Amino acid sequence: MTADPDTLAADPDPDGAAAAAVAPQLTLGPILYNWPAETIADFYRRIADEAPVDVVYVGEVVCSKRAPTLETQLPEVIDRLRRGGKRVVLSTLALIMSEREAAWVAELAEASPVIVEANDVSTIRLMTGRRHVVGPFVNIYNEGGLAVVARAGATIVALPSELPAPALGALARAAAAMPVALEVQVFGRLPLAISSRCYHARSRGLHRDGCQFVCGDDPDGLAVDTLDDQPFLAINGTQTLSHKVASLIDELHTLTRLGIRRFRLWPQAVDMVAVAELHREVLSDALAPDAGAARLSQLVTFAPFANGYFKGVAGVRHVGNAAAMS
Amino acid sequence: MMPPSPALARRRTVPPRAAPATADAAAPGTAAMVRPLELVCPAGNPAALRTAVDAGADVVYVGFRDETNARNFPGLNFSPQELATGIAYAHQRGTQVYVAINTYPAAGNPGPWHRALGAAEQAGADAVILADLGLLDHAARRHPTMRRHLSVQASASNPAAIRFYHEMFGVRRVVLPRVLTIDEIARLNTQIPVETEVFAFGGLCVMAEGRCMLSSYVTGQSPNINGVCSPADCVRYDQEETRLVTRLGGFTINTFADGEPAGYPTLCKGRFKLNGRASYVFEEPVSLNVLPMLGALMAARVTALKIEGRQRGRAYVGRVVQAFRRAVDAAARGQPVPEDLLADVTEGARMTAGALSRSWK
Repeated sequence: MTADPDTLAADPDPDGAAAAAVAPQLTLGPILYNWPAETIADFYRRIADEAPVDVVYVGEVVCSKRAPTLETQLPEVIDRLRRGGKRVVLSTLALIMSEREAAWVAELAEASPVIVEANDVSTIRLMTGRRHVVGPFVNIYNEGGLAVVARAGATIVALPSELPAPALGALARAAAAMPVALEVQVFGRLPLAISSRCYHARSRGLHRDGCQFVCGDDPDGLAVDTLDDQPFLAINGTQTLSHKVASLIDELHTLTRLGIRRFRLWPQAVDMVAVAELHREVLSDALAPDAGAARLSQLVTFAPFANGYFKGVAGVRHVGNAAAMS
Repeated sequence: MMPPSPALARRRTVPPRAAPATADAAAPGTAAMVRPLELVCPAGNPAALRTAVDAGADVVYVGFRDETNARNFPGLNFSPQELATGIAYAHQRGTQVYVAINTYPAAGNPGPWHRALGAAEQAGADAVILADLGLLDHAARRHPTMRRHLSVQASASNPAAIRFYHEMFGVRRVVLPRVLTIDEIARLNTQIPVETEVFAFGGLCVMAEGRCMLSSYVTGQSPNINGVCSPADCVRYDQEETRLVTRLGGFTINTFADGEPAGYPTLCKGRFKLNGRASYVFEEPVSLNVLPMLGALMAARVTALKIEGRQRGRAYVGRVVQAFRRAVDAAARGQPVPEDLLADVTEGARMTAGALSRSWK
């Protein structure tokens, strides 16, 4: 990818932070899984043309070994999304260990034609003094953490998924004064952990160094069941996700009232245009929240929904609104 | 050979227990001794602190009795008064005390964490171990003379991340996440202006620390927020016909045949099914042990070794600290680690060097 500072400068609001102050923004997170190049190209073509999202995050977050394939695609993907009227953010690696990985992320970020999402503190250091997004793999749990990254130049902070509603409210109050726009994950399997070990490789008796890219076999992750055959987690290379799909589609209005202005959808191997449309309709009051949730559950058949973290209980749980009030 | 560390020598407010900072003229006929790896040892209560000091710890690390530290278990940890008494005991014997305040303060309620910093300073702690960006910032501004270390919970795994914490908050040492190989640690130590501390023995996180929400996903309690992982109040041992089932938050973590010893259901050490086949998907129930790698860790210019286990009893702490004291002193004399020590500390449990060995990944 080549640097294109002119393009970046041409948009006075390249990450949509200002737009978020006016109206809630729907964002599409980076693809976390190892999808084939053609699937990725098709996916973003359709997102560019049809999905009612304001911002699209692209880039490899989970495993540096997958990067070369995606990287060659990125210029075209970014261009295509922009022509579709989307703002684009370049997401970067969450766990940076080797010198090779650090150099790769630095090179990518320095040359990025779009705003960069930092998912490691090292990338925040790299972007200090420049406008950037802090991603959900950086631990921002409180006002003090928020203030530190805001001083470094973050205009958007995507929060970790385990924060309960009162914490989101407290953070939103602090963020408004900085000013930083906060983003919360409202759809998709929850990224729960990252490791230096590849569990996909391990499941085939391989090491990460010789992984044969077996993570490519599972577009929504490899199912981990308990010994009692209860669906439990999903493996995505070095990442572990929830089996359940987190959904806050029926809490979008609550989140808006708390001061959250950006809502992230994680790509899953379902009709993401339809997923985005449902969230957009609920946000614009064209669809009642419970009706939105019901229709969303018809689109997502591989796992039930959970909202436990938002409700202040175990993330795996789903707490109905009636139960929450009792 | 590891050069003497001026920073370490300056910082000492009490006489060093073991070798002086420079190569020493040892007894005739023995090799010269370089500074041994600093031994940072756990204590979950005042008795364990005294045991660790007496057993030869260079440093004892502790936490307060609340959610401000990552071993927030019932019946464990220190009141501010106990800390002050413990620090006095340690300092009289040439041992330092570090205080872990390494959870992430709750939004809207930083009070307990800020008070913990004040209490640690007042008690005379030699360093605080912090993870949160906001708390580090607060400590650097309000407690500038108190030495700050970066907790493993911050998951700083590369030079730029570590430099960020050093430049922004004056962090002087980083506890490395258990994701790096020994070669990566050696390279890292040539690229950062701070000391490194490496986990040496005990519990083994297989995920990047501070970036794991597996526990909160099933129990609602997380290492980052609550200072607990796989908490005991969410654990059940259910006898079902001829098998014992261990559960965490209602999810089966493992099953054991009659008479088979049942391990604690830590989520990432559980047995699960992939495509119908049961296995230890993430990691077997193993413990970390770097005793066979002490020479390599010294060559990699690691400053300190950390023994995990603030939740362990004083007998365990005493035995492990004694063994590591002998081992790091032997390594500093260029001698091999005595074989019997390995058997002493492992008690037949399965051990691994974890990510220090590349093939683990």
